[in-house]
Amino acid sequence: MSKVLTFKRGIHPKYYKELASGKAIIQTRLPQRIVVPLSQHIGAPAKPEVKIGDEVKRGQLIGSAAGFVSSPVHSSISGKVIAVSTFPTATGRMAQCIVIEGDGKNEVLSGRENPDYMDLSADDIRNIIKDAGIVGMGGAAFPTSVKLSPPKEKKIDTVIINGAECEPYLTADHRLMAEHPLEVVEGLRLIMKSLGVKEGHIGIEENKPDAIKAMKSALGGKTNIKVWPLEVKYPQGAEKMLIKAVKGREVPSKGLPMDVGVVVQNVGTALAVYEAVRYGKPLIDRVVTVTGNGIKEPGNLMVRIGTMMSDVVEQCGGLVGGAVKVISGGPMMGFAQWTLDVPVTKGTSGILVLTEDEYVPSDEYTACIRCGRCLDACPMGLNPSMLSILSEKGFFEDAKSYNLFDCFECGSCAYVCPAKRPMVQFIRLAKSLVKP
Amino acid sequence: MATEAKAHELIVSVSPHVRGEETVGRIMWTVNLALLPAFIMSVYYFGPLAAYVTGLAVLSAVLSEHMYQVSLKKQTTIGDGSAFLTGLLLGLNLPPGVPFYIPVIGSFVAIVITKLLFGGIGYNVFNPALIGRAFLLISFPKLMTIWSEPTARFIAIDAKTTATPLGILKEEGLAKLIELFGDKGHMYMSLLMGNRGGSLGETSVIALLLGAALLFYRGYITWHIPFSFLATVGVMAWALGGDAGLFTGDPLIHLLSGGLILGAFFMATDYVTCPTVKKGQVIFGIGCGAITMLIRLKGGFPEGVMFAILLMNCFAPLIDRGVKAKMFGAIKVDKEQKK
Repeated sequence: MSKVLTFKRGIHPKYYKELASGKAIIQTRLPQRIVVPLSQHIGAPAKPEVKIGDEVKRGQLIGSAAGFVSSPVHSSISGKVIAVSTFPTATGRMAQCIVIEGDGKNEVLSGRENPDYMDLSADDIRNIIKDAGIVGMGGAAFPTSVKLSPPKEKKIDTVIINGAECEPYLTADHRLMAEHPLEVVEGLRLIMKSLGVKEGHIGIEENKPDAIKAMKSALGGKTNIKVWPLEVKYPQGAEKMLIKAVKGREVPSKGLPMDVGVVVQNVGTALAVYEAVRYGKPLIDRVVTVTGNGIKEPGNLMVRIGTMMSDVVEQCGGLVGGAVKVISGGPMMGFAQWTLDVPVTKGTSGILVLTEDEYVPSDEYTACIRCGRCLDACPMGLNPSMLSILSEKGFFEDAKSYNLFDCFECGSCAYVCPAKRPMVQFIRLAKSLVKP
Repeated sequence: MATEAKAHELIVSVSPHVRGEETVGRIMWTVNLALLPAFIMSVYYFGPLAAYVTGLAVLSAVLSEHMYQVSLKKQTTIGDGSAFLTGLLLGLNLPPGVPFYIPVIGSFVAIVITKLLFGGIGYNVFNPALIGRAFLLISFPKLMTIWSEPTARFIAIDAKTTATPLGILKEEGLAKLIELFGDKGHMYMSLLMGNRGGSLGETSVIALLLGAALLFYRGYITWHIPFSFLATVGVMAWALGGDAGLFTGDPLIHLLSGGLILGAFFMATDYVTCPTVKKGQVIFGIGCGAITMLIRLKGGFPEGVMFAILLMNCFAPLIDRGVKAKMFGAIKVDKEQKK
């Protein structure tokens, strides 16, 4: 019916979605213990609101927002606080965490229900979203309330729900759209209301026909929200690429989506917004795709935030022999883990386990042969070849004249590189050594 | 816990954690394969001597690279097929009857001086095979311009020599060339098939195009360089190549003869020595075409493809610096800056 939209360049990696795309979301068992990082989002870490020995219930605030760009955190189980200290997290950094030992009762602190949620004011919706600790659930974990409070001079006219899920392997958003389309649509309507926007879009890659169908039927006859099938191409789900595909607008260099009047939210975020506003439920659960050839029983799991990855992996049958790499997130932009004893956070979209056969050593590379494949792949139209060479040779400042800071590290260049150069690593190195 | 024992074995590295299938070796060996039809045709027309000369060039190129790297205690890179390709291209660019030391010296210059001394694959400024050939042409001008007739024969001392079509065109004119081939149609057909005097692998246009088709199919080369190169040659031949004034030239004869097809599809498209940005590649191709025709029509040599590509190789970094692809989101920033 509608035409397939997309952006220029990009790549076509192997997707392996079939490992988990047909698996319905299942609830994980109640964890004995959770570790909740105070910083699961971009911005200031939350301030702890509990101390060792305190009894908490599921849904109770344990860390409050420490500023405008910050987000509160809540307990996802009932139990007792046993530690407030630093622990490893999935991004590879140590972070202050609150550890709660479960009492096995799963007592819930009931939030304020709003059966007439559509009658709430924009400010009310925004405040509920902020207090619920909702952040972007696609991976970057930017506080949603900040995105919903653009400066006055930025006129927002469009909200796009990001259902592209362009990372290979991951199927969490896919399953959410297929199984909970009504909740996602209501979440989108609440986001639109909080911004005073009349135009809504949902962009979904074509490889999820059941999700597209479910979202369309959930919308019914309403016309101010449109569902767009998108070409299956990485990184279709990057904000700038999604806006280009759906609205034809180009976010200016170093700009934000709001500069072109658009706010993009992830599918999971929309669902969390609905649950927070309708039922008063803070962000304490999320869908995690546990997948890859290194996992015994791939699937999509509803996980309490703070649950250890090892616990989640165990519930999927554990690792198979030959599993060598565990990644938090997708294979293109996710973080490799050195231990499974890290908690699932608000931004954990997947746990991917790769086997020996799939592993590509990143220290065996040769000189750039200037084949130009990375130029044809870069969604930002940069010259990754030149950026990597400049960084490799130590000309970090010069890399800026090749728009170093417009790179968002999607990894398309490294994927296509025949010399197997660690392009993203070179670019990150340069970024870390010069000022924008 | 089982997972704890596993933890020590997990590998940590920077994203992306999956990579595409393309490798430098696969690209180079595919290009070698794409030259197979031209090689077969060279043997068909020039006999086993063609295989001997080309084989010697390949062998010396691979050995030069291996011995250089081994003697400097570096890791050998002959497996990537790049040295093989340089030797093959050089061999196919040599006249049929050259003595054994010609391909050996040429390959040494191509591999060691042009490529390895500049840092190896990826760092060379000039196309190695072409520098090798240019060196030979300048050092052994006589040996490098003895062209045998394309009648298959075994290694014979009394090689019957002829001139290349471009040589005849330059010295005696188009009428004489047509007369030698019989008629115009026969001439075009012979040029297409490769039944003419010339370097081993350059003569059979049809075989070269077959190989080029493989490279296009695999996405290894794009239209930008070859087509802008050929179009420039065609237009300039038509506009300036005629005896009866402007726009009376015969573009076909220029397109089908000399080393143009081999150069445009297999040498000018060398990744390392051409610009990376597509717009820059078009400029590069036009430059190659213009210099080729300038030499063919006004220069001292009958053929100019080799010097044209080498000269444009010099400009490739400059073109890359000047011509940049449009970045995503760049328009608005420019407007703001202008305000």
